[in-house]
Amino acid sequence: MVWTGLTALLSHWRRRPVQLAMLLLGLSLATALWSAVQAINGEARASYDRAAAILGQDRLAQLVREDGARMDQQVFVRLRRAGWLVSPVIEGEMRFGDVRLRVLGIDPLTLPPQAQQVNVAVGDELLPFITAPGVLYAAPETATRLTEQATPPVRVAEGLPPGTVLTDIGQAQVLLGAKDKISRLLLWPDQPIGRAPLKVTAPGLTLRQPSETGDLARLTDSFHLNLTAFGFLAFAVGLFIVHSAIGLAFEQRRQVFRTLRALGLPARVLVLLLIAELLIFALLAGLVGVALGYVVASALLPDVAATLRGLYGADVPGTLSIRPAVWAAGLAIAVIGTLVAAAQSLWRLWHLPLLAAAQPRAWARASERALRAQGVAAMVLLLTAAGIAQFGSGLEAGFALLAALLLGAALALPLVLTGILQLGGRLVRGPLAEWFWADTRQQLPGLSLALMALLLALAANVGVSTMVSSFRLTFTGWLDQRLAAELYVTARTEAEATAIHDWLAQRSDAVLPIWSVEGRVAGQPAAIYGVADHATYRDNWPILSAVPEVWDRIAAGDGALINEQLARRQELGLGDQITLPGGWRASIVGVYSDYGNPIGQVIIGIDTLVQHYPDVSRLRYAIRIAPGKAEALAAGLRAQFGLPAQNVIDQAGIKVFSLKVFERTFRVTAALNVLTLGVAGLAMFASLMTLSGMRLPQLAPVWAMGLTRRHLAWLELSRGLLLAALTMLAAVPVGIALAFVLLAVVNVEAFGWRLPMHLFPGDWARLAALALLAAGLAAAAPAWRLARLSPSDLLKVFAHER
Amino acid sequence: MLLRLHQIDKFYPTGEGPLHVLNGIDLSLEAGKSLALTGESGSGKSTLLHLVAGLDSPDAGEIHLGGTNIVGLNDTALAALRRATVGLVFQQFNLIPSLDVAANLAFQARLAGRPDPAWLKVLAKRLGLAQVLTRYPEQLSAGQQQRVAIGRTLAARPRLVLADEPTGNLDEATGDAVLDLMLSLVAETGAALLMVTHSNRLANRLNARVHLHAGRLV
Repeated sequence: MVWTGLTALLSHWRRRPVQLAMLLLGLSLATALWSAVQAINGEARASYDRAAAILGQDRLAQLVREDGARMDQQVFVRLRRAGWLVSPVIEGEMRFGDVRLRVLGIDPLTLPPQAQQVNVAVGDELLPFITAPGVLYAAPETATRLTEQATPPVRVAEGLPPGTVLTDIGQAQVLLGAKDKISRLLLWPDQPIGRAPLKVTAPGLTLRQPSETGDLARLTDSFHLNLTAFGFLAFAVGLFIVHSAIGLAFEQRRQVFRTLRALGLPARVLVLLLIAELLIFALLAGLVGVALGYVVASALLPDVAATLRGLYGADVPGTLSIRPAVWAAGLAIAVIGTLVAAAQSLWRLWHLPLLAAAQPRAWARASERALRAQGVAAMVLLLTAAGIAQFGSGLEAGFALLAALLLGAALALPLVLTGILQLGGRLVRGPLAEWFWADTRQQLPGLSLALMALLLALAANVGVSTMVSSFRLTFTGWLDQRLAAELYVTARTEAEATAIHDWLAQRSDAVLPIWSVEGRVAGQPAAIYGVADHATYRDNWPILSAVPEVWDRIAAGDGALINEQLARRQELGLGDQITLPGGWRASIVGVYSDYGNPIGQVIIGIDTLVQHYPDVSRLRYAIRIAPGKAEALAAGLRAQFGLPAQNVIDQAGIKVFSLKVFERTFRVTAALNVLTLGVAGLAMFASLMTLSGMRLPQLAPVWAMGLTRRHLAWLELSRGLLLAALTMLAAVPVGIALAFVLLAVVNVEAFGWRLPMHLFPGDWARLAALALLAAGLAAAAPAWRLARLSPSDLLKVFAHER
Repeated sequence: MLLRLHQIDKFYPTGEGPLHVLNGIDLSLEAGKSLALTGESGSGKSTLLHLVAGLDSPDAGEIHLGGTNIVGLNDTALAALRRATVGLVFQQFNLIPSLDVAANLAFQARLAGRPDPAWLKVLAKRLGLAQVLTRYPEQLSAGQQQRVAIGRTLAARPRLVLADEPTGNLDEATGDAVLDLMLSLVAETGAALLMVTHSNRLANRLNARVHLHAGRLV
């Protein structure tokens, strides 16, 4: 009985291969976009885990200075003598040619076993490791990047995070220019009893537990949440196609269902058979979807890696590994999505009376009560969104606000369109125009799911493009302010730096130091820069808020400027005191925008910097000169000191590079946007195809009364375009609201800065053209079919019960 | 002669080869007269009606409507003919579900460019629809729906009314009432009526009747 029933059900698909293809395509696409995001996130998270696990940071406690600055090596000696089992580590960033890397220096003889990423303390490995020129251990990808650079010998070590090299502490101190300095001390898990208290032996040190070290994963969580939200949006849009295809298949098989029931197949068995059929399709489409997802993820991952590096300083490899969890999750989401999309149809079938008429269901006649209920739900969601906007805080609240806003707007769409179409119907004159508007209104329930999908895709497009374009405009202006100097030079040694400074003093308008130290400020990693008292800063710096005479106070060593992300993350404002590395305190006299910087930044006067950090590296300078002379001066500099090209960079070069990084950052969101819009277009196509089969009873009488099939086909095409245009109109305010939430809530929480919003009607016009093109293409096939339909097919409407 | 059919042949392709649905049909109908077309299921009655309406074309023969041979006219000309000359009443009513009763009644007359509000008012009253003009088809009974369909056809004052089992979906009493109304209104407008029906009882109420059997008039 079961097999016979299943055969009868499956025979439907054999006769309708296009419908089957549409169902599988929708499900595959939905799964693909979801899986792509999951694969990308999985790769990034695995990379963070590797970074967090390096030197056992995820398992070992550490001793660090309270201000985050480096400590003297003597502290390590004192602690060992006092009985503490500790191992010194130094870390810092440095450049090998044009490759910037994180350098980790370890002492292989005292390193706890849990921290031994690379076993260098055995056999012949140890001696070359601890003696000059030392050995750099690096992940394969990093080792490849170093092949062209002048470095100590490089050996490949699996398990190290990308962008990091591991070496002996003595070699690292030399490389980082931090003689006798260490960054932190790793604590062995078992410490001897009776050792001297920490406060006595090493005052100023604090114990950091392993759980406190996963900064990168936490910092990037928001970015991955962003991607996940996009993936989910794309998945939801894809499900509209699945829902549409399943709905049609169920509708077309009502007669078969009735016959099977009448012949003795229990309703329960029938529903189970249909679920089994759907599961087969879901697993098939899921497999294709995950495979497709890997293709999409592989294409997007290099850009995601660049984004993570640019925004958070997080190194993620540019290649994907196959993860069973992604396959399992992809198949699971395909199955769950299919069942969700089919739930309504299955529910109806379960409650279908055995003797129900085999007429097509009244898709086009949604009851006013249902519409009202949908309106109430939309209103509740939109009010919830308003409530969250008013009272909520945090990234989760931001995403809840986005979800409520988008879902509310989507549910409200059919109501809004009904109103517009009613109004349109009243304004037009002539029987055909009146029929067109009234009939369009009646098609709404059948098309509303697809139109809601289109609204979501268009609103996401408007919102994200508004955000990105606002960002681009602000970022470009900000670059002009920040990169006021014409040239930037980096010396290779301090002696060379002094010589360059003296040489430039005679040939330029000003030579401004760009010197900085790194440490922790208010518990966050930060860079502290010293600036000279010069118009370059006074006239150009992108200050957001400041006390009066701010630059005079900075020059006098009375206060510090902080960047926006530090101010927002730590809720710091004008007048607040911050403790800087070394333990000295400064008052905040201003906050400035610092887009794209993953860490906090503090600006103090150059004299104050040198006074508090006499060992500061003094290698970089900004050079002011008439723009026309910059190129000649750069050439002269290179020739005079034999500097490599990358050590003398002009302003335009940096701007081009920065904008390139910027564009790359948002390529992923743009790609997901386009894919989502494509899926929405397919959803509309699927719905129109579905409806076209049910439209004949409504179109045939009009044809019989004196309209040609061609005329009717044009009207059908116009109907698709009209609905897409109205949906686009509705998507603009929703998209602007979305952009506002992204800029004012999500970005602030995710990246730490807030951007002014700019509107770009030109972009909307382009998007509208794209939406109309997609709708036109989606409506073209059913319209073409109608125009070519033989009269005998139309006459069947009058001849048979349908 | 308003309508004249000459040697009409029509074939339908089937798995077993072409099916000869109409075979050498000759038929004529004067203005103001009514003719019943009877026959068994599958005898070709509806096909003949559709050919006369210009909804389908014969494989051979001529159909002269108002002096014009409509065979071979293109789609646009046939559509214009349907608007100007013909009115159709279907068994399934085939009202436009998105329009209310008033709009449905007026639709074909407006489409034909012959709106006549006063005549519409008369029709609505005579058909007993004056109280339901703002309702939608789905809110009407079957009898009411068929009265709307008849009103829609007659509102345009067509020269030829074609009715395909107009009471086939109605019970006997309602069917009789609806047919009475249709016959009297058709007579008032001076139109000719060609009606397909299974029922001898109904056929006998028309001026003349012809019987179709296996594609031939007998």
